[in-house]
Amino acid sequence: MGKIEVRNLYKIFGNQPQKALGMIKNGSTKQEVLNKNNSTVGVDDASFEVEEGEIFVIMGLSGSGKSTLIRCVNRLIEPTAGSIKVDGQEVLGFDKKELREFREKEFGMVFQNFALLPHRTVLENAMFGLEIQKVEKQQRIKRSKEALNAVGLDGWEDQYPEQLSGGMQQRVGLARALAVDPEILLMDEPFSALDPLIKKEMQNKLLDLYEEMKRTILFITHDLDEALKLGDRIAIMKEGKIIQIGDHEDILTNATNDYVENFVEDVNRSRVLTAKDIMTQAIALLYPQDGPRTALHKMKNNELGSLFVVNRNKEYKGIIYIEDVVDVINNDDLKFTDIIKDITNADPEDNLKKLFADIADLNVPLPVTNDDNKLLGVIVKTNVLANLASEGKFDQ
Amino acid sequence: MIKVNNISQLISTKIPIGNWVEFLVNFLINNFSGPLEGFAGIIEWMVNNFEALLSYFHPLVFILIFAILAWGLKNYKLSIFVALGLGLVFNLQMWDPLLTTLASIITSVVVALIIGIPIGIIKAHSKIIDLITRPILDFMQTIPPFVYLIPALMFFGLGTVSGVIATVVFAIAPPIRLTYLGIQQVDDELKEAGHAFGANWWEILMKIELPGAMPSIMMGINQCIMLSLSMVVIAAMIGAGGLGKPVLRSLNVVDIGLGFEAGLGVVIIAMVLDRMFGRE
Repeated sequence: MGKIEVRNLYKIFGNQPQKALGMIKNGSTKQEVLNKNNSTVGVDDASFEVEEGEIFVIMGLSGSGKSTLIRCVNRLIEPTAGSIKVDGQEVLGFDKKELREFREKEFGMVFQNFALLPHRTVLENAMFGLEIQKVEKQQRIKRSKEALNAVGLDGWEDQYPEQLSGGMQQRVGLARALAVDPEILLMDEPFSALDPLIKKEMQNKLLDLYEEMKRTILFITHDLDEALKLGDRIAIMKEGKIIQIGDHEDILTNATNDYVENFVEDVNRSRVLTAKDIMTQAIALLYPQDGPRTALHKMKNNELGSLFVVNRNKEYKGIIYIEDVVDVINNDDLKFTDIIKDITNADPEDNLKKLFADIADLNVPLPVTNDDNKLLGVIVKTNVLANLASEGKFDQ
Repeated sequence: MIKVNNISQLISTKIPIGNWVEFLVNFLINNFSGPLEGFAGIIEWMVNNFEALLSYFHPLVFILIFAILAWGLKNYKLSIFVALGLGLVFNLQMWDPLLTTLASIITSVVVALIIGIPIGIIKAHSKIIDLITRPILDFMQTIPPFVYLIPALMFFGLGTVSGVIATVVFAIAPPIRLTYLGIQQVDDELKEAGHAFGANWWEILMKIELPGAMPSIMMGINQCIMLSLSMVVIAAMIGAGGLGKPVLRSLNVVDIGLGFEAGLGVVIIAMVLDRMFGRE
């Protein structure tokens, strides 16, 4: 038995939902329902199960009904038809009072725009759920402080939400949900409003917390990368319908229709790393006017056997090896500029496979130059190999 | 097509709205004199007690208290202004009318808020109440106050009580409207968060909606005070005491000096209250 079991759930917005429901069940399209009945179908025959202790991600674009679906689970939105069971109990059978008690003890919810109370401090916000549960005050403060510590906000208790950055505000939102020690965490696009770096950080934080607590998490997102990173299993929604449920493998390898395939292709495309993603700055560079002794000095200082040569405009000239420098110093006939050698260089857009071929029998880093022949960076062999190895996980 | 004689018929048979209102007022007076008298009693009691409380202090002590209060609420500049303003009223020998006016205004505002804020809250939660109250509020805000002086007079007789009632009717719309507006403007996601954590309607109201609506409600209170003050002279026409009385008298005897002095008293008390209890 799953922790949450949703069966044939419908949500229809409009004045005559039952009539519209009949139409949908008799095979009318959503457009027909909208035209004839002026009703919008939010969730269309959704069924899924969430196992105890798993992160279940519902993914879809905006307007796909995923936010409506998650709100049906705790009846913030009243479903039109269907069944929702949590621990075997029928949620739709609860009266108002039972529903409130059920929400209190079962759920913690995190919102896209944080939904923090602006007139309350961070600590008071984190206490909100416990306050509703009528937990005694000392206990309330203790537990909210623990929750704030867990999300890394100790020391911020007395600030107001508006004084915090978006990422920190969502940490408060997370702490508020964790403070009530819920069986199930409902997360409605919690990280969508954050910038990419903070988003990544929050995802890691969530995974850490999840490792510690092993709660059941129902997570909504429009970002397949996020879904793949967090979800044990993923449901993909489109126009109110769940069109595929599966783990990473299923989603990435057996896309059931074009819609999913498009999503997945998008992901794979973004996973194709190019030279510019993995290149690093050269530790030291040589300039043509540098003499052989300067070159030797730079090489010794940086423990390098070779150096790339550029002019003042960073235009790429070539590479100089330490043996040749020594030759120049010992032999007055040789000119410093004569020993600049040419090696293969890479384009910033080259992909890993090509880079691998280029770098395979090269004993020095691979220079990356742009169309104007400017040196952008260098690629070290180990970097290519490491990235190739991790990419292999995704598309065997 | 409407014939000419039909149009003259339309005009000749005037709809007796005036008669209906008269009938309604008489009906209320005849059948609800008990509750009306009780209500009048409460208001009279409030005005008298507020006045007694205010005149308990020597005027100079009173001014000092207000000045300190102004300092605490805002800053020392306002405190100086309050001291000078009220001192001027005292010097002009308008102190007793000032206290009477203050007492009736406090009563009016308290009554208006006790009735208005809950109506605003209900209005924000019930579409039906919202639809019903909307035209009533429009009516109350646009009808000239002189019009309801007459029924107030009939219900409660000549005196301060009628003045207070008329003032309440005039000043109650802003607290209702701004409470309603403030609650409406609270983010839906916040209320949703409240529900998600199992809050009941009372907890949502007290912990989310009212705190969120507070700035708007405070504005409503401020507006209510200001509108009450603007009724001072009109209320005097149905026998309310205070600063309105000398203004009215000066109007009758064309006494420019007296009128200006009393008028200045109203202005000063209005500015003092606005600066002290308003938001800048």
